[in-house]
Amino acid sequence: MNGEETSALSQVGTTSLDPEAMAPPETPWQEFLRVFKKDYQAVFGFWVLMLLLLTALGGKALTEWWVVFDPEVVRLTDKFLPPFSAPSAGSLPADQPFVGVYLMGTDELGRDVFARMFQGSFVSLSIGFVAVGISLGIGILLGGLAGFYGHVKLGFITIDTLIMRFTDAMMCFPTFFLILTAVALLPPSIYTIMIIIGLFSWMGTTRFVRAEFLSIRELDYVTAAKALGIPESRIIFRHMVPNALAPVFVSATIGVASAILTESGLSFLGFGVPPPDATWGNILSDGKGFIFDAPWLFFIPGMAIFVVVLAFNLVGEGLREALNPKLRSR
Amino acid sequence: MKLSVGYMGLHILNELPMSVNSSSPLLKVTGLKKYFPVRSGIFSRVSAWVKAVDDITLHVNHGETLGLVGESGCGKTTVGRSILRLMEPTAGEITFEGEDLLALKARELRQARRRMQIIFQDPYSSLNPRMTIGSIVSEPLKIHKIAKGQALQDQVNELFVKVGLRPEHQSRYPHEFSGGQRQRVGIARALALKPKFIVCDEAVSALDVSIQAQILNLLRDLQQEFHLSYLFITHDLNVVQYLADRIAVMYLGKLAEVAPVEDLFTEPKHPYTQALLSANPVPDPTIVSQRTVLSGDVPSPLNPPSGCRFHPRCPQVIDICKTDDPPLIMIGPPERGHQVWCHLHA
Ligand code: SF4
Repeated sequence: MNGEETSALSQVGTTSLDPEAMAPPETPWQEFLRVFKKDYQAVFGFWVLMLLLLTALGGKALTEWWVVFDPEVVRLTDKFLPPFSAPSAGSLPADQPFVGVYLMGTDELGRDVFARMFQGSFVSLSIGFVAVGISLGIGILLGGLAGFYGHVKLGFITIDTLIMRFTDAMMCFPTFFLILTAVALLPPSIYTIMIIIGLFSWMGTTRFVRAEFLSIRELDYVTAAKALGIPESRIIFRHMVPNALAPVFVSATIGVASAILTESGLSFLGFGVPPPDATWGNILSDGKGFIFDAPWLFFIPGMAIFVVVLAFNLVGEGLREALNPKLRSR
Repeated sequence: MKLSVGYMGLHILNELPMSVNSSSPLLKVTGLKKYFPVRSGIFSRVSAWVKAVDDITLHVNHGETLGLVGESGCGKTTVGRSILRLMEPTAGEITFEGEDLLALKARELRQARRRMQIIFQDPYSSLNPRMTIGSIVSEPLKIHKIAKGQALQDQVNELFVKVGLRPEHQSRYPHEFSGGQRQRVGIARALALKPKFIVCDEAVSALDVSIQAQILNLLRDLQQEFHLSYLFITHDLNVVQYLADRIAVMYLGKLAEVAPVEDLFTEPKHPYTQALLSANPVPDPTIVSQRTVLSGDVPSPLNPPSGCRFHPRCPQVIDICKTDDPPLIMIGPPERGHQVWCHLHA
């Protein structure tokens, strides 16, 4: 029609799209890493968590499968030894700690605190992960339903109203006391604790996922997918879920920390994981009676919980920063 | 030059009987209404209706561009989305290639969607940030089982070239591109299914002026090549003047004036059109424009003015405007298709 304009157009098109002119390709994952690495606190938190993960796996392996550190040996001759002290002469060679000294001292029954902490790291972490897994599952399901099919009516009430009012009702109760009540009524075991913490902490996730779904549903790329005749299931799982989950995982990271805290709190009050399983919470709880005679019994698990919770929070903050689409589009 | 492009010269009015099938419009919208409920109280009872689109009748011919102009909030986007059934209209009839779109079941609708597409305003929210631009463009082809394997790759490459993108960039993500380039990706996605009709919803409004021109050129070239029809929704008269064959002006959910583009710019009949045009910058500085400045704000569509919806702001308002809906008046010969809804011309 008019050659000049068309050629000018294609010229502009090609020069501005010159491969040299563009930064090297960067997948969202690479970009995420780049932003995340800039946040030193988050990177620090990340390595602490990696160390914790290794410790937890090692703890499971070395205290239960190949008993190198036995948390259950009672040595009445070696009560209340401070950290780094050698076992007394009277103890049996088989009962002596693997490294030759009690790295973290011994408790009121002469058990090796290091071995107990080692075992407890796995228990505490798995409680955190399983509980958050359960709450994420429930939260994503209910939140997704409310966000996507919320307008559908069930009789006189919409799905959204039904789910969200139930969520609100659950949120009315202070979670900790709800968990405390449930734990007091049910047979105590590590699984009960995991499941109950999970069952009573999905409300935040539900609200979060619903809000994400509601806002993503209105975005143009979802409308475009609809206009292209793409089936609903694919719109949900290909276009919406991947974009809704990033912030959910951020809150899940922090959720693990709060689940560990909740478990510690329960153990401290005596409703937690029953003996002989050691968790950081019940080591702390056992130690509280001897805070002046044997402060390490109290401070070692206390510091461990503190560092881990802090690390989870730092990583969560870092993830939030690195996954925030508003910051990323710049 | 511009008007010869895709201008069929055949503007059959909706009211006239259609004798020859080939001259019947591609898209015919009759009495389209879209009301949104306003809920209040604990029981979410519907307390009022926002009449976003209130009885709109228009048509788009084969290969033509109809500009739909109005201020923001006048319902023009709702018209576009209702036509594509991205929203369910409250009432009305939409006929596309002789097929009643509102009667289609979900399955048939998915098939019909191949023939009509949409291009969005915001090039940032219109592309899924977690998909490469290549998979964004190829997804519709895969889903509708149009091509696969090498044939799919060839088609996607071709689409990229058509819209002025480099096929090598397919494995990149939307955030790596500028607004104009993203808009090209959006256009390639809309073209993938070889539609006949595209709704351009403020398609260039978010772009810089120089990029706007490139995208408009591209849209016009594509229109010629694929014999596309556009419904070009915008608030910017300059943009439609360049691309449109006919223009429909909307005010608060109703049509004010529909006319071929040259008629609308040379002799606008509706006071609202006149006001819009006088607010429009004229490229020639020697022309002293007589500005009609509109006073007041756009009233809320929740509680629109009685009679002519424009009357509180109309500089030429007469008594009857406040009570009676303005009638449809034909200006000039009916086949010209210049329609205006105003008491002044009755
Ligand atoms: S009908 Fe009356 S108020 Fe409406 S545009 Fe015409 S003159 Fe103005």
